[in-house]
Amino acid sequence: MAFLTDRKRAEYRGSSRTGTEHLWGQTISAVGLAVLIPLFVLTFGGALGGTYEEVLAYYQRPFPAIVAAMTITVSMIHFRHGIQVVIEDYTRGLQKKFLIILCTCIAYAIAATGLFALARIAL
Amino acid sequence: MAEFTLPKNSRVVTGKTWPKPEGAGTLRKFQIYRWNPDDGQNPRVDTYFVDMDKCGPMVLDALIKIKNEIDPTLTFRRSCREGICGSCAMNIDGINTLACIYGLDEIKGDVKIYPLPHLPVVKDLIPDLTHFYAQHASIMPWLETKTNRPAKEWKQSIEDRKKLDGLYECVMCASCSTSCPSYWWNGDRYLGPAALLHAYRWIIDSRDEATGERLDELEDPFKLYRCHTIMNCAKTCPKGLNPAKAISEIKKMMVERTV
Repeated sequence: MAFLTDRKRAEYRGSSRTGTEHLWGQTISAVGLAVLIPLFVLTFGGALGGTYEEVLAYYQRPFPAIVAAMTITVSMIHFRHGIQVVIEDYTRGLQKKFLIILCTCIAYAIAATGLFALARIAL
Repeated sequence: MAEFTLPKNSRVVTGKTWPKPEGAGTLRKFQIYRWNPDDGQNPRVDTYFVDMDKCGPMVLDALIKIKNEIDPTLTFRRSCREGICGSCAMNIDGINTLACIYGLDEIKGDVKIYPLPHLPVVKDLIPDLTHFYAQHASIMPWLETKTNRPAKEWKQSIEDRKKLDGLYECVMCASCSTSCPSYWWNGDRYLGPAALLHAYRWIIDSRDEATGERLDELEDPFKLYRCHTIMNCAKTCPKGLNPAKAISEIKKMMVERTV
């Protein structure tokens, strides 16, 4: 038990002077996804149901490939921002730090894997 | 990790059913949370029956009638009886509100009354608001100036004064903060809707000269950015205010001074 005053508890460790960049980053990626997701659905729909060779040929065209690459990248950036907020909401201490690192690594790994697969197809 | 279940000694059990008043006309059933820190028992819900023919129209009228005529040990805060002091905030029929301005006719069926959620309980319907008040004090709820004091008064235009409408009316009843899940899980660090609404009230006051310092103090992932704009605060506010909008305005100011 610590004999802290009420004001000391309320002030905690003061302000970290951060958070706005996180909010702004999440806003930018959200706006980006509002444009990219419809484009991705449209382009993906064009390839859907095609044969293996047709899909390969489709994603060798620059527009569908660039849209897919941007959607993968921006969605994983957005995921990383969002999942950090969820983890901060519900977890504490070491568990919080571990989960943020884990989810950040997962987001980057998914983005890297997706971009690598796309590069293999498109190039 | 956030706790989603109550500890064993906080689980609410069924309490005493008090006898119906004799010769009563229209009876109404009240189920009220009771907890006494001195008896070592779990919290319980007691059942009371009130003669509505001899009771005022508001929930607070019924509570006062129960305390005066049935059970004098029932404990709750009240003062002004007209929605100005904020003392009688409690959870009525699942909504955080002021008992003095919440009509019994607005409730269908039995009247269920609990203390404001997710705060330590002092006794019965009285929550411990110590931390809530300390958070309010931490946002410096007063006019901060650097210019020498004017001879007469700090002047404010009618337009600038209008910006404070919808903010200054807050009575600090804590209904909004205790309806916010972010405040439930992170109330130790998140300032909550009430304190942030008051912070915004001083940030946009045209006479205040500490806008930058105020924004600096709020710029924090926990103090401010735990708000995810789910609007529980605006929905529950018994004064019809919109703390979520005030918080959004603070966030917009934060972005505007960065980008």
